Amino acid sequence: MTATQDRPAAEIGKDRRRKEDQRLITGRTRWTDNMTLPGMLHLAMVRSPFAHASITSIDVDAAKASANVVAVLTGKDFGDELGVCINAWPITPDQKTPAHSPMPADRVAFAGEVVAVVVARSAAAARDAAELVDVEYDELPAVVGIKKALEDSVLAHPDLGTNKSALWIFDSSEAGTGGDVEGAIEEARANGIVIEREYRQQRLIPAFMEPRSVVVDPTGEQITMWSATQIPHILRFALAATTGVPESKIRVIAPDVGGGFGGKLQTTPEEWIAWAVARRLSKPVKYTETRSESLMAAHHGRDQVQTLTLAADKDGKVTGFKVHLDADLGAYIAIVGGGVPVLGAFMFNAIYKFPSYRFECQTVLTNTTFTDAYRGAGRPEATYAIERMMDELAAEVGVDPLEIRERNWITHEEFPFTTVAGLEYDTGNYEAATAKAKESFGYDELRREQAERRQRGDRVQLGIGVSTFTEMCGLAPSRVLGSLDYGAGGWEHASVRMTPLGKVEVVTGASAHGQGHETAFSQIVADRLGVPFEDVEVLHGDTQVAPKGLDTYGSRSLVVGGEALVRAVDKVIDKAKVLAAHLLEASEDDLEYTAGRFSVRGTDQGTTIQELATATFAGHDYPEGMELNLDADATYDPVNFNYPHGTHLCAMEVDTETGAVKMRKYTCCDDIGTIINPLIVAGQVHGGLVQGIAQALWEEAVYDESGTLVSGSFVDYLLPTSADTISFDVVHTDDPSICTTNTLGTKGVGEAGTIASTPAVVNAVVDAVRHLGVSDIQMPCTPERVWRAIHAGDGDAPTPGAAMPHFQEDSLNQDEGAGQ
Amino acid sequence: MIPAHFDYLAPTSVEEALAALGEHGDDAKIIAGGQSLLPVLRMRLNAPEVVIDLGGISSLRGIRDDGDAIVIGAMTTHHAVRDHDLVTEHALLLSKAAAEVADAQIRHRGTFGGALAHADPAGDLGAPALALDAQFVIAGPGGTRTVEAADFFVDLFETAIGDDEILTEVRVPKHTGWGAHYEKFVRVAHQWPIVAVAATVRGSIDEAKVGLTNMGSTPLRASATEQALAGASATEEGVRAAADLAAEGTNPPSDLNGASDYRQHLARVLTGRAVLKAAGS
Repeated sequence: MTATQDRPAAEIGKDRRRKEDQRLITGRTRWTDNMTLPGMLHLAMVRSPFAHASITSIDVDAAKASANVVAVLTGKDFGDELGVCINAWPITPDQKTPAHSPMPADRVAFAGEVVAVVVARSAAAARDAAELVDVEYDELPAVVGIKKALEDSVLAHPDLGTNKSALWIFDSSEAGTGGDVEGAIEEARANGIVIEREYRQQRLIPAFMEPRSVVVDPTGEQITMWSATQIPHILRFALAATTGVPESKIRVIAPDVGGGFGGKLQTTPEEWIAWAVARRLSKPVKYTETRSESLMAAHHGRDQVQTLTLAADKDGKVTGFKVHLDADLGAYIAIVGGGVPVLGAFMFNAIYKFPSYRFECQTVLTNTTFTDAYRGAGRPEATYAIERMMDELAAEVGVDPLEIRERNWITHEEFPFTTVAGLEYDTGNYEAATAKAKESFGYDELRREQAERRQRGDRVQLGIGVSTFTEMCGLAPSRVLGSLDYGAGGWEHASVRMTPLGKVEVVTGASAHGQGHETAFSQIVADRLGVPFEDVEVLHGDTQVAPKGLDTYGSRSLVVGGEALVRAVDKVIDKAKVLAAHLLEASEDDLEYTAGRFSVRGTDQGTTIQELATATFAGHDYPEGMELNLDADATYDPVNFNYPHGTHLCAMEVDTETGAVKMRKYTCCDDIGTIINPLIVAGQVHGGLVQGIAQALWEEAVYDESGTLVSGSFVDYLLPTSADTISFDVVHTDDPSICTTNTLGTKGVGEAGTIASTPAVVNAVVDAVRHLGVSDIQMPCTPERVWRAIHAGDGDAPTPGAAMPHFQEDSLNQDEGAGQ
Repeated sequence: MIPAHFDYLAPTSVEEALAALGEHGDDAKIIAGGQSLLPVLRMRLNAPEVVIDLGGISSLRGIRDDGDAIVIGAMTTHHAVRDHDLVTEHALLLSKAAAEVADAQIRHRGTFGGALAHADPAGDLGAPALALDAQFVIAGPGGTRTVEAADFFVDLFETAIGDDEILTEVRVPKHTGWGAHYEKFVRVAHQWPIVAVAATVRGSIDEAKVGLTNMGSTPLRASATEQALAGASATEEGVRAAADLAAEGTNPPSDLNGASDYRQHLARVLTGRAVLKAAGS
């Protein structure tokens, strides 16, 4: 009797509760801030209150004299020893990239930038002394806002001579993937429909639950950095590359990390400062940011102006789509900051067969916090633009928004399909996802109710929003990333180690920060290797344990890291087979492997993987030429992205008297291929939806003219809670289109909800009041914006800054002193 | 988020608290439930040398019947106010408003008197206290005095409580049998109100009292609306003209959640809704 015979049949597809949750939820775990080392010192940062200023002097005497202070250090004290913050994705060869010191000595370029660091024996003493550092600034004019930056009248970095950093262009006629978009627009102006819109992707703050924290211990042979980061491997690489310390002397550990949403896909000034201070003082140091610091100085997301031109024939068949983005990078180009909007370049054509397409992205620098990845990174922006435009097209043609999509989408018989942006979508079934979503949503009934309310002139109107999205995820084929000048590859690495008593240690380079890798990866290994779920331990996040990897972002862990794992497991089985044949005195060809056991066909003879692991450990009897272990590594580089898709339907009620909006129903039918753990998927979808809905309705980082973040606390930066959301109707297609480029048939799901939901919500709000003359409402759709949009021009109410056009000088929520 | 250093005093009687306040004067700050003061300290927006905690003074807690009024101890939590039978019977409006304060955690820590003494014009309790003609009992070195609600709220975060005084209890005249509703307008549930309207009515409608939250630097009484409602019928048409007067004389702030004119519009709409709900229709 062996353990494997008791094993339940299949782990994949099972609603396993996450094995990591007890420690994560109770907090009885190694968060970085929980770390305490002997002799550890604490850091507090002194940050610039000005968005743009020269530093004329820094007087640290009073701070140095404060109780329990060990040192007060400025940029001048360090010089090159500090290293630099890197931009790993210059999007064009001539990109203008400002030098980015972790702690500049001469000039600050955004409010919140670090100018001095206090080192003390306690965090409280450090904080107290930080108040005593006297910095004199010579304030410089600050540029805030994309349109202002484009004027180049005030420069974020005067030495660069311009705020325009780079212009990146894709044109289907030049790429040979489609026709000429200008010709299509010209033709549509004469004989068809042209829709021109300007949409704004407001600036967002990732707002992860655990503030960033870093501990550096310089006292060992390897300098160890613990950091609340998504990217321990990239962090080690960047430390070595910029501070001159050999990689072999650096150990980076991402212990349990409390969320990231892209916000911890960064190499941060604070990490570099902590590193430099620890090395300078030869003492362990810790820095943990406050929530205020996190909102102000951890990277922000989105922030684009989208200028869009859609050309179609009279029946609503799209003939061309032209996209111009102006994207705000903030004060510096963060690690992949410039590349985030470019990731959207391939997605504006979405699920549709557009004959021509042009994409331009102009990145600009401003005196604001630098921007970078935020859940979805480039793809939510693209999905928003095209899905809003498809609703506008439907309104123009006078047909149902689902009908206009059907006239343009790729049908399920047409896969694999090469898009006008040059990607090959391997599988998909938009018809099936839409049909199932419609049915579950009660689409026709809600449309009837909408018509009745309109006819009755109800105070509360009903709107239905559609979003039929796809995304490219699973970053990514390394060669493709190379062709985009991205600074790294997209492969992933896994190791499987058989322990002497037959347990399994799995090492993955995809370091989780809340996604549930330990559970999902254990399920995969349990099935593939035929061992009990409980016998699998997943190790990650420490470069000593998992030396190779490219970490977690871009919905890549399962589809890339999971595939590496499958390949490593298969190698283990292949190695074990040689030993099994030897011990069973059978030919390898006569062995079959099921449920963790090799058996000789036609006999009851056999041996389990656990027995083979023990036999390998003993080493008493093994074939000539066999290396004495069953362990295996695999590095997997995908050949393609994968393309989850889905149909999201949202019903919103709009109170026309107040502008208040209320979600009535939300149904999503996502096709994400094979599902490993439906419970984890549901969690990802629910959380993703809320983040996307929050962009549509609540969240917005607002700066005043001088570059002060007005929404600098959760009083003004509105995050929803469960009290603000409804129970979502989450379904999947009955017969999912299985991804063809990985063994398990999986597609990414981590970002799907966020990518799809924002336009579904805004489309619903606009749909509720379109009959009142509204065709757009700027995000977030605050009650005030909705109310002003409804009443614009009807004489009932004043109309300053009504929903269109955006970005007026006096537009809503940009009032001087707003939020004070 | 580490506050600057302060000394902490925990008196067990009002006299002791007053003595401490007298000794430390401007350098001291009183802490009740701490739901407003602690964030301020942690963000270092204020750094008192001494914090005097009223949490140990049991006489400041609880709700009692006092003839024609109910008396609510200043240190009674929002949660206790919301659920107390005396409140639901004689001052239903306070129960309704206390139920809407922030979130459940805050309602279990935050106090009725602390919130009123803080005098945030966006706080949920000022408008109902004003509408119900509450009286504020304030203890000082020379004994206690009683201040009418109309005189209690002086300006933004400023009340009639002197530097050497402590709010001990609030007397609320009984409004037995009056209907009540607190109509709070927010974007997310845990937010301070953008605008809120506190309405309580006798009959439908013999008499109405209406308070406005966040429509100026203090809670406000919609007097013109109240006069117009006396004798009005509790129907949409019946209250509309009165509700349209709700924003008269107000000067609400403009911020990320709404410009001043939008708040005035909201005050009119929400007043109509609050009055109708208070009247049970």
